[in-house]
Amino acid sequence: MALLEILDVSRRFGEFTAVDNVSFAVEAGEFFTLLGPSGCGKTTLLRMIAGFDLPDAGRILLDGRDLADTPPERRPIHTVFQSYALFPHLTVAENVAFPLKMAGLAAAEIKRRTAEALDDVRLADKGGRYPHELSGGQKQRVALARGLVNRPRLLLLDEPLGALDAKLREEMQLELINLQKEVGVTFVFVTHAQAEALALSHRIAVMNEGRVEQMDEPSKIYGFPKNRFVADFIGNINMMQAKVARAEASRLLLDVPGLGTVEAPPRPDAAPGAAGVFAIRPEQVRISAEDHPVELKNRFVGTVHDLLYIGDVTTYIVDLPNGVKVEALLANSAPGRAQLFEAGDRVAVAWRHDAGMFLHE
Amino acid sequence: MRRGPLLWAAALLAYAFLYIPLIVVVVFSFNDSKLSAAWVGFTTQWYVALLHNEAMLGAAFNSLVIALLSSAFATLLGTMAGIAMHRYKLRFLPFLVITPVAMPEILLGVSLLLFFIQVLHLTLGMLSIVIAHTTFCVGFVAIVVRARLAGMDESLFEAARDLGATPWQTFRLVTFPLILPAVIAGALMSFTLSLDDFVITFFTAGVGVSTLPLQIYSMVKIAVTPEVNAVSTLLMLMTLSLIIAASRFSPHLFKAKA
Repeated sequence: MALLEILDVSRRFGEFTAVDNVSFAVEAGEFFTLLGPSGCGKTTLLRMIAGFDLPDAGRILLDGRDLADTPPERRPIHTVFQSYALFPHLTVAENVAFPLKMAGLAAAEIKRRTAEALDDVRLADKGGRYPHELSGGQKQRVALARGLVNRPRLLLLDEPLGALDAKLREEMQLELINLQKEVGVTFVFVTHAQAEALALSHRIAVMNEGRVEQMDEPSKIYGFPKNRFVADFIGNINMMQAKVARAEASRLLLDVPGLGTVEAPPRPDAAPGAAGVFAIRPEQVRISAEDHPVELKNRFVGTVHDLLYIGDVTTYIVDLPNGVKVEALLANSAPGRAQLFEAGDRVAVAWRHDAGMFLHE
Repeated sequence: MRRGPLLWAAALLAYAFLYIPLIVVVVFSFNDSKLSAAWVGFTTQWYVALLHNEAMLGAAFNSLVIALLSSAFATLLGTMAGIAMHRYKLRFLPFLVITPVAMPEILLGVSLLLFFIQVLHLTLGMLSIVIAHTTFCVGFVAIVVRARLAGMDESLFEAARDLGATPWQTFRLVTFPLILPAVIAGALMSFTLSLDDFVITFFTAGVGVSTLPLQIYSMVKIAVTPEVNAVSTLLMLMTLSLIIAASRFSPHLFKAKA
């Protein structure tokens, strides 16, 4: 039996449907992420799991038990809020001890477990400080310690890394992964940052307009997006209008205006004549000089329109015939190299026949 | 920004206009002359005389009791009103609570008088004054408490529930400690407002009960004696210290920037 089960849950605010008939299950020990743009319903869903809001339809089960009649304080579920929500009038240690006190534990036990929890997040020496005396990363760790100290069945994290700067965020990501492994508590993480979701999660549910678009492991979500929304939302992707010309067991032949025939991986549900897009990640597109021989069938010649030097990689935007634009990624692995091509250079772009995918309209 | 001399002069003039009358009262409370028309010499005899003035001491005692009781009631009701206004974003509630604050005092005085006599059939006295003072203080407390809550992260209260606190524990351990500065500031403001009030007290006091402002007024009707100056000085001092105390507890109320 799954730890948390969301069964056909819907929530409406007036005319607006925030969560639209969503179902999924989270296994014990899992790091599960709800990913989507703002307003996709992920926070509403989180609030219903925590008990701050109730579904209009459907059920939320924890260990098989319906939570509908359980107020937030009686659910063995704790939340790490986006703003951390540390009590400003209490010290760090008092903040961490709060859930233990509410649970009615003995004073000695509270003291021991508070010290332990602060130790886990490397804040053993900060117990006497007040939240406003801490840095953003430290506040974050106090919030985590407070959320975990009473061993909840489930820890909900609402964009907890949103307020941190990029460098700190990366550090905290590693720390979160390790902490989750260590304590073994199930995490349900909410974020709109796809890179964060890919890095942290065991499984991701991509949400849009109140519905779950796709639910899978990070590599599957990134590599095999189910539809245009998921493909577009997760990472960068090239998309070009395409029509299925021929559907075979081992491959699809697509007709892409301007390029001609493009060979793509097979798809059982793609029938000849079906309209959609051909989508391919920039890092799967190889770029080379026009006259450089390439043994790939999907090879097209164009002009470098623009380039973006990001440091580790350079993104080239290549103009192909008929206004098709393709982005290609090239790693700057040679020392001191910033780019191989200039804007205006004639180049060839190519990709393997098993790269990219056809997505229906 | 550099401030020009003209601005300084204007500010000086404005402050002079505000404070010279008060300073005159303080100065003449130490004047050794019964007529208080010109400075004669320094004395503290008017303060000593105050201590022997039975009517004045009685009025001062009444004022303190009324201020204590009405500020206590107003703080209790105002805090609840402030929390309610914050929590249940109802349109009409702020109107109901804040209107007495904006209402002309004379109107409030007359209507309370009619209400006490014709509806409640109450004998005017201490009780009617306490009720009247509570009425116009509630709004002030509610405004201060609501302002404090409005500036607070809503997830603090959700976090308390989330971590196992019942609604009552959440109020006791999180909400109340956080709004306490505003509650104290509101209480001190109510105390001052009650202590200083004349118009509403005048209408709701009836005969027999006098407060400091009423007593001062009745003395001034005959002549502005040095004794009046002395008691006014004391009242001023008390008000000032309460205002300073209130500003300590709720600095954001007295500052342009939080």
